Amino acid sequence: MDLNTFWFILMGALLTGYAILDGFDLGVGILHLFVKKDEERRLLMNSIGPLWDGNEVWLVTFGGALFAAFPHAYATAFSGFYLPFMLLLFALIFRAVSMEFRSKQEMRWWRQMWDVSFTGASTLATFLFGVAVGNMMKGLPIGPDMEYTGGLFNLLGPFPLLTGVLAVATFAMHGSIYLYLKTEGNLQKRIQRWMWTTFGVFLVLYMLTTMATLVMLPSAVKNFQEIPWAWVVVVLNVLAIANIPRAIYLGKPGYAFISSAATIAALTFLFGFDLFPNMIVSSIDPAYNLTIYNAASSQKTLGIMRWIAILGMPFVLSYTVAIYWIFRGKTKLGKFSY
Amino acid sequence: MDLDVLFLSRFQFALTIMFHYLFPPLSIGLGVVMVITEGMFLKTKNRQYEVMARFWTKIFAVVFAMGVATGIVMEFEFGTNWATYSRYVGDVFGSPLAAEGVFAFFLESGFLAVLVFGWDRVGPKMHFFSTLMVAFGSMFSAVWIVVANSWQQTPAGFHIVGEGMMARAEITDFWTMVFNPSSVDRLTHTLIGAFILGGFFVMSITAWYILHKRHMVVAKQGFTIGLAVATIASLAALVSGHHQAQTVSVTQPAKLATFEGHFKTGPADLWLFGIPDPDQQKVHMGIAIPGGLSFLVHGDFDADVTGLDAIPEDEHPPLQIPFQTYHLMVALGMYFIFITLLASFFRWRGTLFDKRWLLWVFVFSIIGPYIANQAGWIAAEVGRQPWIVYGLLRTSDALSKAVSAEEVLTSIILFTIIYLFLFAIWLYIMNDKIKHGPDDVSELESGMEGGLLETVGERAGTGGASLTNPRDKDGKEG
Repeated sequence: MDLNTFWFILMGALLTGYAILDGFDLGVGILHLFVKKDEERRLLMNSIGPLWDGNEVWLVTFGGALFAAFPHAYATAFSGFYLPFMLLLFALIFRAVSMEFRSKQEMRWWRQMWDVSFTGASTLATFLFGVAVGNMMKGLPIGPDMEYTGGLFNLLGPFPLLTGVLAVATFAMHGSIYLYLKTEGNLQKRIQRWMWTTFGVFLVLYMLTTMATLVMLPSAVKNFQEIPWAWVVVVLNVLAIANIPRAIYLGKPGYAFISSAATIAALTFLFGFDLFPNMIVSSIDPAYNLTIYNAASSQKTLGIMRWIAILGMPFVLSYTVAIYWIFRGKTKLGKFSY
Repeated sequence: MDLDVLFLSRFQFALTIMFHYLFPPLSIGLGVVMVITEGMFLKTKNRQYEVMARFWTKIFAVVFAMGVATGIVMEFEFGTNWATYSRYVGDVFGSPLAAEGVFAFFLESGFLAVLVFGWDRVGPKMHFFSTLMVAFGSMFSAVWIVVANSWQQTPAGFHIVGEGMMARAEITDFWTMVFNPSSVDRLTHTLIGAFILGGFFVMSITAWYILHKRHMVVAKQGFTIGLAVATIASLAALVSGHHQAQTVSVTQPAKLATFEGHFKTGPADLWLFGIPDPDQQKVHMGIAIPGGLSFLVHGDFDADVTGLDAIPEDEHPPLQIPFQTYHLMVALGMYFIFITLLASFFRWRGTLFDKRWLLWVFVFSIIGPYIANQAGWIAAEVGRQPWIVYGLLRTSDALSKAVSAEEVLTSIILFTIIYLFLFAIWLYIMNDKIKHGPDDVSELESGMEGGLLETVGERAGTGGASLTNPRDKDGKEG
């Protein structure tokens, strides 16, 4: 495997880590307004309190690694998606401060304001991620100089809107299963109903998106001809999705969570598999595609960066495991809670 | 002034980075104070120190959250507003940013969770270790960011590949890039600036408590720790600043000439203040030490220092902003040395806490390090213009081609509104926390008991009695 492919896979791994981990805390944010009592809202926020910041670092690291390994892809995508990225930034800012500020004052309007901001920002961020994925799958109007030539409204076609909504449904489902694991009693009973609802919505949207992809973007399956074993992932994905309701029904939410994480991983894999070896597909002319070769840094940089990854990632994984272990168990409110 | 993409993008970058830079230096500085305070607690077992450590942790969490929220903007902005720059430098500049993510951010955010939420979940030693890791993590972030920025100031360890619009820098030697000629000096100075800010921040709050006769024991301890940090850091800032000026004279002569309003190559004066005038090639209404700059740079009052006349006209940085911000930073640096030495003297005599006037001075002095930190960065960044990468790529060539002025203007308006709003709220929350102050030792003990029981309950597998602290209900804690 050459360094460019290695980095493409590693970017995929970072994106998968991000989608699984921040996926559940974004999902908690999406569902936040569905509980009404103040104490329950605090429980929801505190279930992700110690974790969301570390989860978001996966995105930050993804951004840094994209800049370093594939600077042209970074530059083209970020300047091309200018306003959506600004909206995403505002959403991420508001999400962070909503959690930090919400419980610091007692006034009803104050808490209400940050609750709305928390849900709004979480939903918007997730939706924008989904829209971005849809656009990347569809291809962007990229000219010969690697620059985006479209406008804002090019980005809001029916397919990207569909993937945007699918992202919201996926994270909401993932978040509800996480919340089921972290809560108890009456609240947990209500969350059980959410799991069913969000799963149903997810399933419908997933099937719609699959059909839309096959009809509108038949080239999405081109790589399966060359690497037929990738069908295994599709089968595993279907099994993982099917296992979610089974595990919920059998009262094994841990397995449901693993299955929804596996579903997210499979979807991220299929997205990367669809693109490979392109990073950004030009809808004007395939000759203008940004690939893992023409968009990449030099071999020297990719080699140095591989060392950074090899040295750093074991630490990252070990603190992640340690922190999740320290904060295991049901969420309780205490003196140091939000 | 034209509202073109160049001006707007520069304005946006300045706005977002200055706002972001309100938080990281305070995190770094407070990190040191937290490590010392909690270390004192572990060593002496004196609960007063624990009270203080917990209090600083809460303040730290609010500062840190703002730093994270506004920091992610910076990483995206290279791509959104400066895409051509990103293409040009990605091969070199990207790796420190990625290293920051892998080596610093994960460390910080992971242990921050233990620091803020883990008091009752881990033992005191593990908690102290987490504090230490968060403090280190925040400094590692500074390391990689300052390395990346220093490479823009004094590029090294790379070569240029391709021509014209397709030219870009490619790395040849990673460590030469990391230890480029200005990295170490600039990093040292930046960290010292953050320590000064942390020290003054702590002194400002604790002085206010002492003046209002509240939390007297912890406030006096806290003030002493803050004073020690700030005194050492202020003296170190002088040494490191001097050293840095010498480096700048070699690596970026245009910048030093701008800082000192030195128009003609030859012996150079050291201005204490003044108004440089590029048309008449002189500094108005100023006071200077004749030959002072020559002496500081070369150890000789008559030595030649490169003036702006040796630099092509179209490579001159703007004059007024770097000159004034640089002098402001230096003057404030002198003030920090004076005031901390004075306070240290009274502290040694044991009369400091009776000098109400001096405590009031410290309450308001917090503004000083804030201005000095910001001014130092402005001087460094504007002094590099018109280059975005010194001598290689002009700022005007670094923009995103796919972005229109309207888009940038829209985002600036939104940033301005949102940042003003957030800043107001942040001040309100900080003010509220500071007014509430640290808990008394007795409150801490009742809180600890709850936490302990809860933990025991959990370990025993009973699910734990949910001992919600009564304070939580009135919402003061949170």
